[in-house]
Amino acid sequence: MANFYLDNKDLKFHLDHPLMKKIIALKENNFVDKDKFEYAPVDFEDALDSYDKVLEIVGDICGEIIGPNAESVDHEGPEVIDGRVKYARGTQENHEALANAGLIGMSLPRQYGGLNFSMVPYVMAAELVSRADAGFANIWGLQDCAETLNEFASADLKNDFLPRFHQGATAAMDLTEPDAGSDLQAVMLKATYDEKRGEWMLNGVKRFITNGDADVSLVLARSEDGTTDGRGLSLFVYDKAHGGMTVRRIENKLGIKGSPTCELVFKNAPAKLVGDRKLGLIKYVMSLMNGARLGVGAQSVGIAEAAYREGLAYAKERAQFGKAIIHFPAVYEMLTDMEVKVKASRSLLYETTRLVDVYKAYSHLSTERTLDKVEREELKTYQRLADVYTPLLKLFASEYCNQVAYDSLQIHGGSGYMKDYPIERIYRDARITNIYEGTSQLQVVAAIRGVTTGVYLKQLRDYEAQEIRPDLDFIRRDLIEMTDQYEMAVNLVTEVNGKEENNDYLDFHARRLVEMAGHIIMVYLLLNDTMRDAEYEKYAELMVRTAKAENQKRMYYIQNFELKNLGMYKK
Amino acid sequence: MKGLKIIVLAKQVPDTRNVGKDAMKADGTVNRAALPAIFNPEDLNALEQALRIKDTYPGTTVTLLTMGPGRAAEIIREGMYRGADNGYLLTDRAFAGSDTLATSYAISCAIKKIDFDLIIAGRQAIDGDTAQVGPQVAEKLGLPQITYAEHINKIVKNRITIQRRLERGIETVTAPLPCLITVNATAPECRPRNAKQLMKFKHAKTVTELQSAVEDYYKLHEDRPYLRIPELSVIDVAADTNWLGLAGSPTKVKAIENVVFVAKDAKQLTADQKDLDWLMGELVANHTLG
Repeated sequence: MANFYLDNKDLKFHLDHPLMKKIIALKENNFVDKDKFEYAPVDFEDALDSYDKVLEIVGDICGEIIGPNAESVDHEGPEVIDGRVKYARGTQENHEALANAGLIGMSLPRQYGGLNFSMVPYVMAAELVSRADAGFANIWGLQDCAETLNEFASADLKNDFLPRFHQGATAAMDLTEPDAGSDLQAVMLKATYDEKRGEWMLNGVKRFITNGDADVSLVLARSEDGTTDGRGLSLFVYDKAHGGMTVRRIENKLGIKGSPTCELVFKNAPAKLVGDRKLGLIKYVMSLMNGARLGVGAQSVGIAEAAYREGLAYAKERAQFGKAIIHFPAVYEMLTDMEVKVKASRSLLYETTRLVDVYKAYSHLSTERTLDKVEREELKTYQRLADVYTPLLKLFASEYCNQVAYDSLQIHGGSGYMKDYPIERIYRDARITNIYEGTSQLQVVAAIRGVTTGVYLKQLRDYEAQEIRPDLDFIRRDLIEMTDQYEMAVNLVTEVNGKEENNDYLDFHARRLVEMAGHIIMVYLLLNDTMRDAEYEKYAELMVRTAKAENQKRMYYIQNFELKNLGMYKK
Repeated sequence: MKGLKIIVLAKQVPDTRNVGKDAMKADGTVNRAALPAIFNPEDLNALEQALRIKDTYPGTTVTLLTMGPGRAAEIIREGMYRGADNGYLLTDRAFAGSDTLATSYAISCAIKKIDFDLIIAGRQAIDGDTAQVGPQVAEKLGLPQITYAEHINKIVKNRITIQRRLERGIETVTAPLPCLITVNATAPECRPRNAKQLMKFKHAKTVTELQSAVEDYYKLHEDRPYLRIPELSVIDVAADTNWLGLAGSPTKVKAIENVVFVAKDAKQLTADQKDLDWLMGELVANHTLG
């Protein structure tokens, strides 16, 4: 009776974070739904208890159905038959189990059949599903599209589309094209308004579309004739039942093989405009992408958890030279490093999620009533932080997930290279996380704003002032030193950059600076966790040691680098 | 067809499937404290069959009936999380120590107080493994019984068609309603709990539980009568105490001993795929593997 929620007490720990009181209060808006819906909570304790119990259902389905199906789904994969995608048998079973359990549309308002859950339990569910099967997590996680519709679509569209999710509708976001990958401004798929029919028609090709044959798709298309940049793009919602779209082929991928990655052909496919014209990329897709990045953060932590567990189990069971290999320093060091990475990225995941939760809840609230001054300030603060924490999370969680999977396979030795153990699948699945929804390199581009505007630094100084356990002050002293060092590194780089007006210099060191800030932030988060659970003391201490060494390395590099050295690297 | 009124018989049992070292006491009896209490697995198969009828014939109601101590109310909540409409907890000190005969007498008395068209039960419970209670209840109520069911094909004009799993194959039978069905583990597994059902029914409690609860949800119970799980006592079901408990149980345990299984008949295996598959299946089934 495997239950992925109950066997990992970290999750309950993060669910019980003190900020949940504020998040739930905002999300439930004085618990107004309690008289309208039998399943709505009556107070804070009731709401939190519901999160806990529903996550137990998710953990049960993950442990009993999705996890056991993962191998066969990886082998079978989806196929295209007559222009339509057919899921692997296990994928279909997974989807039905989650849909029947009412776990699609978790964050949607109750009026649309949703559970009105805040982001924290939703992201937790995403982590659980990813631990069970990262590829399937994509299909399930695309319910994010419903959230985007809820945020930006008209009331009519919402009434039309949103209740379908609860009934098990699948979703896709159709953004990329053969010539528009990281650079979405180059999207060419055409949307033309058909006066006679009174609706928009889509024509063109989309490529690398996860779950492309979904029931409901959000399509980014060029609605403004003659434009070539992002301002000519709008977002549309397409209903597969209306026809006009076929799947040309699906990609044969390294990992996440259960998740169909489709090339789609739109031929006079009728669609409806979401929100306003021309805001497709610059507003709606940006919001969609932020959600997706949080999703990949959760996916990464889930994969890392799975990889760590596989490595740990194997190391205990495999004996060489007369003892279990877990007793060799070379192996236990790897395992402990892996464990710390999982803990640190998980703390960053839920910290980021809470930031997103608060600002999203405020912005929803602002559509219902005018926010007062304090609330408006809070909305701004949380949004600013969420904007710089999200790329940091995506960067670290996905890189760590790859490192953990790599080390776990290493612990398996030759056996890990064979198809006999789940680690080879996990290792392949991990590889996409630092690529899609914005590569690590692009996360750095997004996060460097937090460096140059001083948002990270201010946050680090704020953390300094937080209450900690007095016996752990030695960690804080390290962190203050590291923050000073980080500040110096930022100054060194921006000085040269400003003097020479050479943006390449900042870009060249950007990752180093972002990572320095990220390391310090993660240790602070673990230190903060020790206030509620002494077990985190170990992780904070382990993490600060690694983080210090890692930041030293970056500082040394920056200090011993001159602008003229850049030339040696240019290709 | 209009909906049916279905009663599902369910039992809370110690989880004997994941038995640890402390599962048995020194005297050879089950150490219930060391084993988590769970919904008897085949009763979940039975519940699934009832829920499938409910899916097919709108208006169907599924009522759980369980006999046990106060904590067995958890079984009723678990059932409601999966789609059952309500449930009764048959609980009374006078029931304690009942064997299958006394248990089936108590249950049949309770059923006489409940309106129904169909009763579905699991084939047997994993603690006693007798498979007697279902058939005995049917006998006491004078109902046709269909055992070893794994699929309900259809219900037409008050006749139910059922597929039975037997030792050497399957058999399809029909029976008039009302009747009692016992369901095998080979039937489809029960659906997972549903998030909304769980949130709706998680405060469902018996009066006894409500009185000893730490959180105070009295107001909620006043506003939402469906949260009350009725408790049925000996008096409520008008049972004769002479037929209950130890007095009503002819089963006498003479001695309990640990039995070491010795294979009676050997089976010869060849290296072909069919035999290997069979062996793997056996090893998984008896928990040597997996």
